[in-house]
Amino acid sequence: MVKGKKIIAIGERDGVPGPVIAECLEGAGYEVVFQVTECFV
Amino acid sequence: MGERDEATGVSEFKENVRPSRVGIEGVFYSLAHVPDLVRYGSKPSREIRANPALGEQLAKRLRDFDAVTAYAPHQVYIGNIAPEKLGDLPKPWYERLIEGATPMGRFGDLVDQDEFYALLAGADQFDLVALEENWCRERGARHAIGRAPNRRPLAEIQVLCEKGALPLYSGERLIGAFESGHAEDTNLTADVLLENLSAKVTAGHSLRSALSGLGVDPGEIDYVISCSEEAVGDRYNRGGGNLAKAIAEDVGCINAAGSDVKAFCAGPMYAMVHGASLIHSGVARKVAVVAGGSLAKLGMKFESHLKNNMPVLEDVLGSFAVILAPAKPNQTCMRLDSAAFHPVRAGALPQAMAEYLAEKPLAKMGMNLTDVDRYGVELHNPEITVPSGSGDVPRTNYLTLAALAVMRGLIGKNQMQDFVRARGMVGYAPTQGHIPSAIVYLGHALEALKSGTISNALLIAKGSLFLGRMTQLSDGCSFLVDRNEV
Repeated sequence: MVKGKKIIAIGERDGVPGPVIAECLEGAGYEVVFQVTECFV
Repeated sequence: MGERDEATGVSEFKENVRPSRVGIEGVFYSLAHVPDLVRYGSKPSREIRANPALGEQLAKRLRDFDAVTAYAPHQVYIGNIAPEKLGDLPKPWYERLIEGATPMGRFGDLVDQDEFYALLAGADQFDLVALEENWCRERGARHAIGRAPNRRPLAEIQVLCEKGALPLYSGERLIGAFESGHAEDTNLTADVLLENLSAKVTAGHSLRSALSGLGVDPGEIDYVISCSEEAVGDRYNRGGGNLAKAIAEDVGCINAAGSDVKAFCAGPMYAMVHGASLIHSGVARKVAVVAGGSLAKLGMKFESHLKNNMPVLEDVLGSFAVILAPAKPNQTCMRLDSAAFHPVRAGALPQAMAEYLAEKPLAKMGMNLTDVDRYGVELHNPEITVPSGSGDVPRTNYLTLAALAVMRGLIGKNQMQDFVRARGMVGYAPTQGHIPSAIVYLGHALEALKSGTISNALLIAKGSLFLGRMTQLSDGCSFLVDRNEV
C-alpha cells in the first residue's frame, strides 16, 4: 500500500509543520517528494 | 554562567532568579482605516490583475469608517472593551456593531482614510505623494501635519497616473498619485514605497500619540526600535532598514537614534527584549518600540469574505508604540529575566514552542504553566481567519499550552477547556502579522495588572521564518509582564 506512493506534505505553523509530516510519512515508508510549511495569517 | 541541560543542551541560567524588571511607561495602538488601499494589498492586487471583475466586487464589500469604528474587535484593540468580554458579544461582530462606539480608545485610536492620506503626504520627503488640490482643501487640510502636501490639479494627477504612478482614491474619486522613487530599481517602485511610507506614518502616529498621552517630550526618547515588517532599501541594500530613525525624525525625537529588529511576526517581542536590555544595561534611559502597519496584508483573505457575503474585514493598518524606561516601584513592568527564545535545536513542533517559550522560562522563575493568569498569544481575529479555512489561531495556541499542562500533570484532560477559558481570550487583532503576535495584548495586560484583575501575563509570539525560504525553522519569543511590587 505504501510502496510507490508519492507524498506532497503541506504543513501549517500553528498545526503540524511540513518537516514533521514528512518525517512521519517517510518513517512509514512513503516517498515525500515535496514538503513545505506555510503560515496562513 | 548558566548550567547546560544535558538532555536538551539548553543553558538554564539557574542562578538568574532575581527578578530583573524594566518599566512599561505606556502603550498606544492604532488602526488606520484605508478601504481604498485594500486593492493594493498583495493578494487583492494579484487576483484583481488576473480577474478585474473582482475589483468591483471588492469595492462593494468595503466598510465605512463608522462600521469599522463600531466593530467589536476594533473596540477591543483600542482598549474600550476588555478582550475577555469579546467572546460574549453577539456574532457576527461585523453585523452586531457596538452602539455609541468612538474612534478614541483607552490606549488607542482609529484613524480614517482622510487623515491617513494627510499623514502620508506630511511624512513624504521625496515628493512621492501628490494630492489633488480640491481634495486637500475640502478634506485634507483639517488633518494637515508635517510637511506641506504636494498639491496638484486633477489633470496633473491623472497624467502622473497615466505615466505609472499609483492612483490614490477616496471612494471612486481620484484624489492623488503615488510615484515611484526610481526609474529602474524594483525596490523603489511606487507600490513598495507606498508600503514603506505607510508603515512609517502609522508607526509615527502611534508613537506621537503614546508620547502625547504620557506627556513625554519626544526629545526625551533616546532610542527608537522599529519592528515593522517592510524591507526598506534600494537594489544594493534590499531591506537595509533603519525605518526606526525615519520614524523618530517624523515624530520629533531629535535626540534619538534607532535601529530595526526583525523576526517576522515575532519581531515586536524581540524588539521589546532589545529595548528593555538597552534600558537595563544603562545604554538608554527611554526607549520607544514601534511598528507600523502592513499594507501587503490588506485584503489577504478577501476572496473568502466575498464568498461568504461578508464585508472585507482586512481594511485596516495596525500600529503600536511602547515606551520603556527604568522600573519604578509598583509600576507595570516586563521581566527581562523571563525573556525566552526558540532555539535552533528546538525543532518545528508547536509543543516544543510551548516548552521553550512558556514552560522553561516559567520554571526558571519557579513557576509552572498554571501560575500564569493570562497568556497573550497570536491573537488573530477568528472572524477574519475562520471563513478562509485558516482556523481559530489563538484557540489552537491555547490548546497547545493546555495540552502541555495536561502532559505535565498540572491539569486533567477534562480541564483543558477551563484552562483555555480562564487563561486565554478570543482573538481580536486584524491579520497584520507582527501586530497580533502577542504584543497586541500588552495594553490590556497593563490595565488588568493595574486593576489587580491579574497578577501576571505571559506574552508568546511566533514568527514564520520559513516564509523567506532561508530556513525551515519557525521562531518565537516570550516574556512575562507583572507589577514591580517593592
